[in-house]
Amino acid sequence: MSEKGLAQKVRETQVWKSIFRHGPPDNARNRASVVAGNVFLHLHPIKLKKSGVQLGYTWCMGGLTFFIFLALTVTGLLLMFYYRPTAEYAYNDIIALKEHVPLGIMREIHRWGAHAMVITVWLHMFRVFMTGSYKPPREFNWGIGVILLVLTLLLSFTGYLLPWDQLAIWAITVGSNMAKATPFMGHGGPGAALAQIGDFVMVSDKNDVRFQLLAGRFVGEPALLRFYILHCVFIPLVVGVLIAIHFWRVRKDGGISAPL
Amino acid sequence: MRELINWLAEPIRSFPIFTFLFFMMMRYYKVVGTKKFGYWGLAISIPVVAWFCADPNFLAIILWPDNIPINIIIIMLTFLTWLSLYKCAENDKRIEAGECPIEALPENREKVWAWPNLVYTELFVIIATTIFLVVWAIIFKAPLEEPANVTWAPNPAKAPWYFLGLQEMLVYFDPWMAGVVLPGVIVVGLIAIPFIDTNPKGNGYYTFAERPLAITSFLFGWLVLWIYLIIVGTFLRGPNWTFYGPFEYWDFHKVVADYNVNLSEYVWIKILNVPMPKNLVLREIFGIIGTVAYLTVLPFLSLKTKIGKELYAKSGTIRYYIFVFLFIIMMSLPIKMVLRWLINLKYIVALPEWELNL
Ligand code: HEM
Repeated sequence: MSEKGLAQKVRETQVWKSIFRHGPPDNARNRASVVAGNVFLHLHPIKLKKSGVQLGYTWCMGGLTFFIFLALTVTGLLLMFYYRPTAEYAYNDIIALKEHVPLGIMREIHRWGAHAMVITVWLHMFRVFMTGSYKPPREFNWGIGVILLVLTLLLSFTGYLLPWDQLAIWAITVGSNMAKATPFMGHGGPGAALAQIGDFVMVSDKNDVRFQLLAGRFVGEPALLRFYILHCVFIPLVVGVLIAIHFWRVRKDGGISAPL
Repeated sequence: MRELINWLAEPIRSFPIFTFLFFMMMRYYKVVGTKKFGYWGLAISIPVVAWFCADPNFLAIILWPDNIPINIIIIMLTFLTWLSLYKCAENDKRIEAGECPIEALPENREKVWAWPNLVYTELFVIIATTIFLVVWAIIFKAPLEEPANVTWAPNPAKAPWYFLGLQEMLVYFDPWMAGVVLPGVIVVGLIAIPFIDTNPKGNGYYTFAERPLAITSFLFGWLVLWIYLIIVGTFLRGPNWTFYGPFEYWDFHKVVADYNVNLSEYVWIKILNVPMPKNLVLREIFGIIGTVAYLTVLPFLSLKTKIGKELYAKSGTIRYYIFVFLFIIMMSLPIKMVLRWLINLKYIVALPEWELNL
């Protein structure tokens, strides 16, 4: 007994064995079990082509995007404890976050992380393009990826409003004014004037796409609530589901691309 | 010197320069994609960047917290563009010599265990990123301005940086194009890429020589149009969306004469010397014909070229038309930019009565 190291002793306890059902990953069988038996690690194949694990090939940008997405979920959850999405409280809650929460860098991590995720998702697409990985059989996964990219931008965009400061509402005003100009569906867009029967205007500033987006004719409190729910619940859920599909398909399409 | 750079940075000059450099980079990617070029580039750019940063106006805008991400993406993109060209050049030399790409070498095809090979790399990347984010969060506080005030708009009111390419397009196009149609075409076009590009080569390894058209057109849209416009929109646009050079102070008083003219005014008044017709369609008829011709005649004309013929033979009618359509929609932006600079053209089709300005 006494010759065994501490690590070995820990490994033999019932507690350890109840969590990890395999020995140390130093032989083939255990290396397979450690990946297959762990819910997080089993996203990986047990074995994969060497070209696919090289940083120079994948730049690890997809994996990094996923990690930042998780980090944003956690920090965002923490922020939700302090933040109320109303015109009365929102701004003051952000100030309180800065002044009353000890060691408060959660807001910083969340904000810069959001920017970082936009960067990594773009660079991931750039890499996938440069290695021609969108070619068959991965066309579908490329399409899922493009939608993920759009949703990432929308996540960032909806979050931008929440601090409820000048930067926020005017950036969203600039952005949502574009929706006003949607052909046929925005009241300031081409074709909207055609949708008129007699005196009855079908597309007006009270029912066009911008109105649906902002729940109003300008960026006001209803828009704040709408963006809050989109940002904290709706889009993250959709992104989560699409990431699951994306990862599943990476595996089903034969793993990271490599020469045929 | 600073005056000169301010002068050069104006889009009318910097866009052609940037485009020219881009095509030189694609043409001579084998020179760019060498370690020697990389080291020289690094050695030269460090003092240049340091010199830029010595200027307080430049430093202020670079260090504005919400602009840090753009600095990061510019640095990473410069490196990764070089890296991918390096890998393309390496593989293309091998393929020319009749060898396989590096990714296809037996030692790279060999299967390795995910634990430890992949898992440890990921762990390293995760730790590095975490440290990076924490340091970033400690140095730069998240900005918080005055409380929201619907009655007072800041000037300039800018969208978040990743949308500034679109906001910059507003200089050349109306919101329905810059904010709705073009982004929509970009998204649909991206999803369509795998179905248009039927070239089976270059799947799973870096290569330029086997897919020059695909890479050049994608990178043109990505680097020259998207990234360049973001840089302009972020760093070079001040109050009232007026141009300010990188070393210029945003002083609010810069007045820029704006005397842009519509195509219809050009033709009827300046060339034909008659008053503008009352009928809207007749008034804009030249622009309408031009636009329709641009969308329908160009695809046929392009079939006469060598590239067009080859592509058509390979991809068939539908794919070919979709490719050309997406391509000319993309090119409508630089074309409109150049027309604006050359003849101060405002709208090709100006139908404000129908909110339809092109
Ligand atoms: C939230 C966004 C995204 C996440 C979390 C994500 C994650 C990943 C991961 C982890 C991989 C494995 C390989 C790697 O790390 O490079 C991957 C592969 C892939 N991704 Fe994404 N991705 C995202 C967005 C995108 C986008 C925007 C595109 C393209 C438009 C895309 C297209 C692909 C394709 C085609 C593959 C297979 C690559 C190959 O086999 O070489 N993904 N993705």
